[in-house]
Order: sequence, then structure tokens, then C-alpha cells
Amino acid sequence: MTRTAPSRPRADTAPVRRGRVPYVPLLIVFAAAVAVTATAGIAAGSVPLPFGEVWAILLHRLHPSLAEPTWTAVRETIVIDVRLPRVLLCAVVGAGLSVCGMALQALVRNPLADPMLLGVSSGATVGAVVVVVFDVSLLGVFSLPLAAFSGAFAALVLVYLLARAGGRMTTVRLVLSGVATAEVLSAVASGLIITSGDPHKTDAALRWMLGGLAGTTWDLVGIPAAAVLFGTGVLLGVSRPLNLLLAGEEAAAALGLDVHRFRGALFALVALMIGTIVAVSGSIGFVGLMLPHAVRLLVGADHRRALPAVALLGAAFLIAADLAARSVIAPQEIPIGILTALTGGPFFLWLMRRRAAR
Amino acid sequence: MTPPDRPAALRAEGVGVTAGGRALVREVSLEVAPGEVVVLAGPNGAGKSTLLRVFYRALRATSGRVTLDGDDVWRMPGRRLARRLAAVPQEAPGEFELTVYEVAAMGRTPHKRAFEGDDAADRRVVMGALEDLDVAGLARAPFDRLSGGEKQRVLIARALAQRAGTMVLDEPTNHLDLRHQMDVLRLIRGLGVTAVVALHDLNLAAAFCDRICVMDAGRPVAIGRPAEVLTPALLAEVYRVDAEVTLHPRTGTPRVVVLPGEPERR
Repeated sequence: MTRTAPSRPRADTAPVRRGRVPYVPLLIVFAAAVAVTATAGIAAGSVPLPFGEVWAILLHRLHPSLAEPTWTAVRETIVIDVRLPRVLLCAVVGAGLSVCGMALQALVRNPLADPMLLGVSSGATVGAVVVVVFDVSLLGVFSLPLAAFSGAFAALVLVYLLARAGGRMTTVRLVLSGVATAEVLSAVASGLIITSGDPHKTDAALRWMLGGLAGTTWDLVGIPAAAVLFGTGVLLGVSRPLNLLLAGEEAAAALGLDVHRFRGALFALVALMIGTIVAVSGSIGFVGLMLPHAVRLLVGADHRRALPAVALLGAAFLIAADLAARSVIAPQEIPIGILTALTGGPFFLWLMRRRAAR
Repeated sequence: MTPPDRPAALRAEGVGVTAGGRALVREVSLEVAPGEVVVLAGPNGAGKSTLLRVFYRALRATSGRVTLDGDDVWRMPGRRLARRLAAVPQEAPGEFELTVYEVAAMGRTPHKRAFEGDDAADRRVVMGALEDLDVAGLARAPFDRLSGGEKQRVLIARALAQRAGTMVLDEPTNHLDLRHQMDVLRLIRGLGVTAVVALHDLNLAAAFCDRICVMDAGRPVAIGRPAEVLTPALLAEVYRVDAEVTLHPRTGTPRVVVLPGEPERR
């Protein structure tokens, strides 16, 4: 070989980007999936509605001239006040958990990070369980979400302080404090439930822990929706620095990022988002772990591309999961957390094996 | 295309770093003139990487300060420093699905505001840097599938894409084959940038740098032109090896040959 033979001829033999797909069409497909699952989610239920009527009712509500009312007032109430808030909340929760999962994975530079990792969901569980077990109802419908949020936030502060003890916050210490805090808080929640001695309370607490969006009203949608929209917007704005974290702390610092301050701020932002989500939905596992992976396989790790895609896919996924949760054994409901784990786990393993086989 | 930042004078003034009660770098004062290439040499644990990390702000010095054209590097926003000083650290990204292009394109980050996209000029800078490092053909390949030497060249390309006038490189050639070792150092030399390079290969250092700074136990023990610094006495003292230094007949640069056996006791 002569010295004029550089590695450039390897271009044709070089491994190309595995399985990446065109970005914009993919985004359109994901958006369409959100629209379709949302329509199906509103249409399905004890009173099934045709898709066309769902859209007519929604359009009419948007502007009366857009559709001629041919439906009964009851049907309109079902769509607008019962099913729409639930589907919207599903979208918010799904998108929020996915976006948070993706951000956390970059923040701790570990692809196995999950929103439940920070101990936030266990903290929320303790808050919720306290309300259920001790019948706290100071604040009406907001008692439980507020208690859950307070628990989540307390857990966050605890994890953050533990991880920072002795100066710098390292990734490993953050993960370890999160895991340890989660374990302790789960034990506290389980202890409270077991010793309550009331089967109804036990059942209610258990259902909350497994996640679910039954009985969603408009009151509960606003705060998480605002938090998720705000948080996702901020994360998109800092997606370049977020990319730098993937390159490692040293490189991120060399490229001009104040790593410790940035990570602290984003940690707080993500915890705030997760806190508001978990407060209304209970802990829904696997979404925040699995969907970021699936999206990264499809569009790569660049957050400028991956964050919008994962938000859409997360929304569509959770609307579909919720639809399944309330249809499979209707009129009974399966806790959605069970469904996401049952479908998510195998899908995740399949993806991993498929990737390894390439 | 953005012109590269002009080479700056890099100064360490009494820099000391203590971690866990151990002094890793003690009272280092070093002045690198604009456009000068200085090699940091010395045995493992001499404090070369620690000193370099202070230069690119991955580590805050316990005492002293580092200035770039007189500006304290810790007193300016990180992004502004990253536009003037680029670094090649030893650590490489992993675990995540990044392509070679995406890794190199990170070098453009300090030049970008939030929500600002990459334009054609950015892409030219990044592809140009990849071409300079002979890895343009791998642009779409996943970074974590590359060999150690290819990865290292991509990280150097990332630093080039920063278009900074000053570069700090931590053993940029330790995974490279002979030809690419030469290419990388010749490239850095040819850029006309101020550069501080940690390097173990003294012959390579002698061939390409203006001055060598030999460190031992956290402080510089000798600094000067390669021919002045690389002496059998110094090599015996610092590295505890028996070495022979001759001038190469064709290039006139010092050539170090390490002989087997212990150095003679003085």
C-alpha cells in the first residue's frame, strides 16, 4: 500500500448509519399516529362513536361554522368533558415522560436512566399513599395530586442534596442516591399500605401506584400540560448543550459548557415535569426508558431531531396504551402501568436483540 | 466560512491543583507565545493532563490563574473561551448512537445560539475538518464502531471545527499509526495556532515542537528547545532510563534512543 491510500476509499465499505430513516416523513407519521390514536381514544368507550362524529364535534367546538350539529347533547358532553380531557392528559403524560427520559439519559450519560430513577416517582407515591390511607381531603380533588407533587419534589431535593454532598455532583453518585432514595420511599409507601388494614384503601393505593388516568377531568389537565409544554420548549432550546453531554463531561467543558450548573438546572426542570406528571398519572413505567431508545435508533441521538420525535411518539403510545387499558376487559380497567410494562418490556428486548444482530 | 480565531498568548501563572490532599500540579508558570507549539512531556502522573484540564476549564485550579491574551479563562463565559481555545481531551463519547459527523459537528456549538441551526458554512467547516483528519469517508458511520485511532482523529476534527486560535491536545497521537501521527502533528503545526500538546513520544515532539516542557511530580523541571532539554542527564533523572541522544543526520533534530538496563547511579 502506498502512502497516498488514505482511508477515504472506505467510504463505500464504511458502516452507514444503521436503520436511520428520513426525518420529516417520520415526524409526519408520528403526528398522524397521534391524531389517529386520539380519535380512536375519543371514539371508543361504553358509548362507541363513529370517527367522523368525533371530529365533527371537535371542529364544532373549535368554531361553530366548521360542522353542522347532528348529534345529541349527551354525546357532545361525552366527547368534550369525559373523553377529550383523558386523551389529552394521556398525550401530555406520554410526551412528558418520553422527553424527560431522553433528557435524563443525556444528563446522567447513561442509556438506562429512566424518570423513575431519580426517586421522584417513589416520592410521589408516598405523598399519594398518605392521602389515600389517612383520608386527607383538605384541598378537594387537588389533595392527591398536590400531595404526590410534594412527595416528588421532596424526593428530588433529597436526591440532589445526597448527590451533591462533598462538592461536585457526579453521575454515579446521582444514580446511586436516586436508586437508594427510591428503594427507601417505596418501602415507606408499601409499609403505609400494608398497615392501613383497610382493603379499600389498599386497593385504591395500589391502583394509583400502578398508574392510571381514569376519571380525568379538565381540572387536572392544565398544570401538567403547561409544565410539559414549557419543559419541552426549554429542552429544545438547550438541545445543543444537551448533545455535548453525550460527548462526556471533559469534552462538554472544552466546548464551553458549564457542566455542573447546566446539569443542576436541567435536573430541577426535569424533576418538575416528572413531578407534575406523576402527580396526576401515578407511576407509569417503561415509557421514559423505552421510547427514547426507539427514537434514537430511528433518527439518531441528536436532541434537536430526537426530542420532537420522542414527544410525538410518546403521546401516541400512551394514548394507545390507555385505550387498550380501558377496552381489553371493559367495563373494567387494567392499570396502564401494567400494560406499558407488558408491551414495553418485550418490545425493548426485541429492539435490543435486533440491534445487536446487525 | 468563519475565519479561524487568531493565535493567542497562553499563560499559566503559578497554577497549582490539589485534589484529595495531593498536589497534582504545583506552582506551574508557563508562557506560550502566539503561534508557538509547546509539548508537555514527562512520566505518567507528572501532572500533564491535569495542567491541560485547567487550560480548557474542565478543572479549576486551586491556586494561580490561566490567561489567554491576558484574559483570565475563568472570568469569561465558557462559550467565548471555546471559540478561542479548542481542546482534544482523552475521553471519547460512547453508548449513544452518534455518527462521526455528529461528533465532529459538536465543535460548532460554541458558535451557535439556542434554536440556531447549522448552515452550509458550518457543514463546510465540519467536513473540511474531517477531510483534514482523513476521516471524511466515515462521516455517516456510527462513532462507537470506529477503531481507537479513527476515533481520535474524529475528536481532533471536532476541535478543528471550533476554529479556535489556540489548541490544547492531550496525547492526540497515542492511538495513531506512524503516518497519522506525523500527519496530525504536521497539520497542527501548519495551522499556525498556539498549541500545547501532551506527548509521550520525545522524538515526535522534537521533530514538531518549538519548545518542550518536561514535567515531573507536578512541576516543570526543564523547558526549552528540544536540543537543550533532551539530554541523557535529564532523561535519567526524570524517566530513570539510560538514554542516548544524538542529532539526526538528515533532519538535525535530537533523536532519543532508550537503552535497556538501569541508568548509571550518580
